[in-house]
Amino acid sequence: MSDYRIRIENLSKSFSPSIQAVKNATLNVKKGEVVLIIGPSGSGKSTLLRSVNRLEVATGGRIWIDDDEVTSPTIDIRKIREEVGMVFQSFNLFAHLRVIENITLGPRTVKKVKKEAAEKQARQLLKKVGLEDKEQAYPAQLSGGQQQRVAIARALAMEPKVMLFDEPTSALDPEMIKEVLDVMLDLAKDGMTMLVVSHEMGFARAAADTVVFMDGGEIIETGPPNILFSDPKEERTKKFLTHIL
Amino acid sequence: MASVNSTKQKKKDKPPIAAVEATAHIAVTDGALIPNRSNARIFNSWRITFLLAALLLVILTIFNPAPFREIFFVTLKGVPVTFQVTVFAIMGSLVLGLLCGLGQVSQTRMWNLLSGVYVELIRGIPLLVQLIFIYYALGRFFQVEGIIAAIIALSICYGAYMGEIFRAGIQAVPKGQMEAAIALGLSRGQALRKVILPQTMKIILPAIGNEFIAMLKDSSLVSVIALRDILRRGREYISRTFLSLETMLIVALIYLIITLVLSRIVAMMEERFKNE
Repeated sequence: MSDYRIRIENLSKSFSPSIQAVKNATLNVKKGEVVLIIGPSGSGKSTLLRSVNRLEVATGGRIWIDDDEVTSPTIDIRKIREEVGMVFQSFNLFAHLRVIENITLGPRTVKKVKKEAAEKQARQLLKKVGLEDKEQAYPAQLSGGQQQRVAIARALAMEPKVMLFDEPTSALDPEMIKEVLDVMLDLAKDGMTMLVVSHEMGFARAAADTVVFMDGGEIIETGPPNILFSDPKEERTKKFLTHIL
Repeated sequence: MASVNSTKQKKKDKPPIAAVEATAHIAVTDGALIPNRSNARIFNSWRITFLLAALLLVILTIFNPAPFREIFFVTLKGVPVTFQVTVFAIMGSLVLGLLCGLGQVSQTRMWNLLSGVYVELIRGIPLLVQLIFIYYALGRFFQVEGIIAAIIALSICYGAYMGEIFRAGIQAVPKGQMEAAIALGLSRGQALRKVILPQTMKIILPAIGNEFIAMLKDSSLVSVIALRDILRRGREYISRTFLSLETMLIVALIYLIITLVLSRIVAMMEERFKNE
């Protein structure tokens, strides 16, 4: 139909009548596009991201992934979630499972993949994120950066067509940020469609096709990173960028 | 009677691992003492109590066999009944507790209400009253044996407390675990089974151990409904011989030694989980 992978149309989300986290946001993401969402805290960027796989239920507007409407009450949301990988700020690895079990849980439980096949795939993914020697470790035995790379591998194991990243490096020490961003850069190069909430300007310049600036629940400005960073149109964008650049 | 209290126990400077923190939130007020630093010494409260109890029992039965040895062997016959009731009632209460705990966190309104009412109801009535009531009710409508009635009654009562333990344990698992699981495409049920409950079990295992000890003590209440447990055997012996003080001393010592041994096991279990 369209060459958009994600279409967000007039999305609104309010947690109570007085608190509106997202107001009328419209955003389209093409296949293979990497979109970075920036903005001050409380600007609704995480809420917008979490609406895409319906971890937050939108109160207004519609979202499609390809031709499936995420916001439709009749859709099988689990089918959508299979195709949308998500990486969290706090990693959220399953604490009671080893690294390899963390990665195989999704495919084995949801897609009913056989144990051997799932483990073979998991080892390939661990190699991709540079952690092939950690498959028997428990999450608590890994550094933050290693945990986040396992979390990315876990999401990739479902072979998603979209990856959502919710501040993937915000909980990391500076020296670990690079190892996670490198994995994300590889993913972007492989043509993964990615929606990323992050303030990593280096990543934005290297991998993002589009940067979206949000403030007060609204999308204020959208543009390619080099243009948005160097020549923002809106006053609020300028003000925010002076804080982080 | 045991209950979950949410007050934070004193914590030592241990690494802030989620599981350890969560364990500290679920402190059962009846049962084993919360281990503290003095437990590491050679003379700690547990060892002194255990030694005194064992010594007293040995001295009484060896050097004063006239009533005490007989009392000891008579009441000892009640131990299997006590354990039988305790073990089966714990298993029953675990099943009810799991259902009730899941109900407490469930989004199904009906289930949620049902388990809430169950907990309120059970917590508001003394165990002895419940026990006698359920015993007569079961006897009138179903004609069940005394021991089955006792097990069912204790299960129903403890199920409510166990439910609170399960609820606290489920809520102690970080919210992100459920989110990560459903983001992978798991259903809520699958996420509960594969992600939440395994972590819950680890958190609440010591609390369940403490419930077991509390149950063992509360099982003495079944003596009022003609079950020949430790206490009942003692009371029967008193009615024959009028040696009330001597008999109750032995009964108390037997209970004390059993619960001390069990509480040590629970404490060791807790220690092992902390170190993991």
